[in-house]
Amino acid sequence: MSVFSAKRYDGDDHNTSHNLHEHHDEHHDDHHGPAKGILRWVFTTNHKDIGTLYLVFALAMFFVGGAMAMIIRAELFQPGLQLVQPEFFNSMTTMHALVMVFGMMMPAFVGLANWMLPMMIGAPDMALPRMNNMSFWLLVAGVLLLASTLFMEGGAPAAGWTLYPPLVLQTKAAFPFAVFSVHLLGISSIMGSINIIATITNMRAPGMTLWKMPIFAWTWLITAFLLIAVMPVFAGAVTMLLTDKFFGTSFFSAAGGGDPVLYQHIFWFFGHPEVYILILPSFGVASTIIPVFSRKPLFGYGSMVGATIAIALLSFVVWSHHMFTVGMPIIGELFFMWATIAIAVPTGMKVFNWVATMWDGAMSFETPMLFAIAFVVLFTIGGFTGVMMALAPLDFQYHDTYFIVAHFHYVLVPGATFIIMAAVYYWLPKWTGHMYNEKIGRLHFWLSTVSVNILFFPQHFVGLAGMPRRIPDYAIQFSDWNMISSIGGFIFGASQLLFLYIVIDTIRGGTGEKVTNEVWEGARQYGGGIVEGLEWTLPSPPPYHTFTEPPVIKSILPH
Amino acid sequence: MTENLAKKNTRLVQILVLVAIAMFGFGYALVPLYNWVCVDLLGLKDRADIQQSIADKRALAKETVYTVDKSRQVVVEFATVLNGNIPMIFSAQTQQMKVHPGEYYTVNFIAQNTSDRAIVAQAKPSLSPGAVTDFFEKTQCFCFVEQTFKPKETKIMPIRFVVKPDLAADYKTITLLYTFFDITDKK
Repeated sequence: MSVFSAKRYDGDDHNTSHNLHEHHDEHHDDHHGPAKGILRWVFTTNHKDIGTLYLVFALAMFFVGGAMAMIIRAELFQPGLQLVQPEFFNSMTTMHALVMVFGMMMPAFVGLANWMLPMMIGAPDMALPRMNNMSFWLLVAGVLLLASTLFMEGGAPAAGWTLYPPLVLQTKAAFPFAVFSVHLLGISSIMGSINIIATITNMRAPGMTLWKMPIFAWTWLITAFLLIAVMPVFAGAVTMLLTDKFFGTSFFSAAGGGDPVLYQHIFWFFGHPEVYILILPSFGVASTIIPVFSRKPLFGYGSMVGATIAIALLSFVVWSHHMFTVGMPIIGELFFMWATIAIAVPTGMKVFNWVATMWDGAMSFETPMLFAIAFVVLFTIGGFTGVMMALAPLDFQYHDTYFIVAHFHYVLVPGATFIIMAAVYYWLPKWTGHMYNEKIGRLHFWLSTVSVNILFFPQHFVGLAGMPRRIPDYAIQFSDWNMISSIGGFIFGASQLLFLYIVIDTIRGGTGEKVTNEVWEGARQYGGGIVEGLEWTLPSPPPYHTFTEPPVIKSILPH
Repeated sequence: MTENLAKKNTRLVQILVLVAIAMFGFGYALVPLYNWVCVDLLGLKDRADIQQSIADKRALAKETVYTVDKSRQVVVEFATVLNGNIPMIFSAQTQQMKVHPGEYYTVNFIAQNTSDRAIVAQAKPSLSPGAVTDFFEKTQCFCFVEQTFKPKETKIMPIRFVVKPDLAADYKTITLLYTFFDITDKK
């Protein structure tokens, strides 16, 4: 049972000889540093190490998925076929999405959770440290398996990240590998989620009640439940694809009495909560950063939590808005339309809360805050186009056009990805003990923000004018906006090299400025929601083992 | 304390793993769940094409007699598609016909196996616009059963259908599309 036993007073669970050490628990092992050499990273069960692994992996995948996006934008620079074959182009759109969603955004948030959750709730580590190690390496295995399909006969999956049959069943040798990769990624994130739920449920420091938890912990708790509820559904859907292809079942084959539309229902029952899995932790990070740089407590803590729960619950009953055009009964269209529009209410509450937090605050605009503000503004634009598409009669025009592409890139790039960057800028000095170069950070911010709009805003126009998504060639009238979009894409892609530089530079010493425990003025007071931000009470960088003695929880509210 | 914590963690993990396993089955249970919740409990209509195929089978036994509406005509178009690389030629004898609601008509479809192997094929109908599904009834159709084609065999296959008189006057054209799927390998 040692796999289930991260002990509060046993700091020594970073190597496999855990059980051997159990008998001398009494002398605290805080002085134990990490193991030496590369094996430290392979066998580590330390939440900070695993958090680092996740974040580094996500950063690597950000550039892999980004390189694929560059191929896509280069091909779309002009109408006609210039650089790649259509089949490979479709592989690129498919793999770009899968890598960014499962290889970059989800691991980045899991990495943040690993690093920050134990420190935020005053726990010595995650509840299930060995499972934590396993879920990271399963992720690596899953993504490598997925990437290997690029080199297989017939190419990588090219049916879009939604893997719709019957098209996806035409995938050649890569098909079963893609399916098994989804299984591995699913198992990995379910294990990660179980760990997060167990940590938050059982490992909180005395006095850290649920209703005092930092918002980031709340959003991750809810996200983890979403993951456990929907990742297995996706695994089931791809298993059905697998048996349809190889074992003669007919779940999605009309010839055998099945229906390809069934796949869409199952996929989107997973797919819609999945997009909230990407955005709810983003809300948590935004709610953490904005109060600190506004030097005010978060406005509406309770309503933030309530809105997150409402969004999570609603996400289960809106899936068919992805498939308004398949031919549903009118009552179905209406139900899914109204349920979807209803999501705008809790989401709007959050946006108002962030604005109210900034209102009348003593704001300062360091890079994390810049990214957080851009997140609020640009995510809201993506939210508005979401409401447009929620309207079933209008969706018939937008369906499968670049308008959709513009919408979800607004919520996922200047939305989720920007907030991941905000989080990295915000916590990097804490993690490394070094200050990043603020000037280059701001340059990175402005280049990213301007170029991301040049990149995605024109896609609304070509989409409304009827340009379909997932095509390597397009009608001549879409040329200008596509060229502008591609130029924005190249600038955005190149700007991210600055981010890479900043991260490496900071790890290696940054500006040389010695950062304090608090790093940011007000972080200790406002960085934890309604209690003191616990991570800011620790040294920067924090020692390998923290909170082996539970901290004292101090409320920041006036008594 | 630590003993207790390990026990709590174990218990929680067990519950959450069970939830995950149950959710794996959710996709498989979606059709039965739909029939239970949406059809039986909420009384929403069944999926139109399922209902159609049930109606088709019932109709086989007996042709309902309707009052023929001589006052108007509806255009019924016939279209054919071959799925994938199935080696066949498939067409309707007439591209379209004007029908009176309430009256039964027969149309022939012709299919030929152009290959030197036997083919087992299944035709699937699709009606457009979708809302007319409830008002279009087939009493005879080659799509009700699997069709076996000997090498090079040509078959003339009739369908017999009626457009029900209570079809709303807004609908002036109905398209009936058949797709032939090769299911030889599934046999």
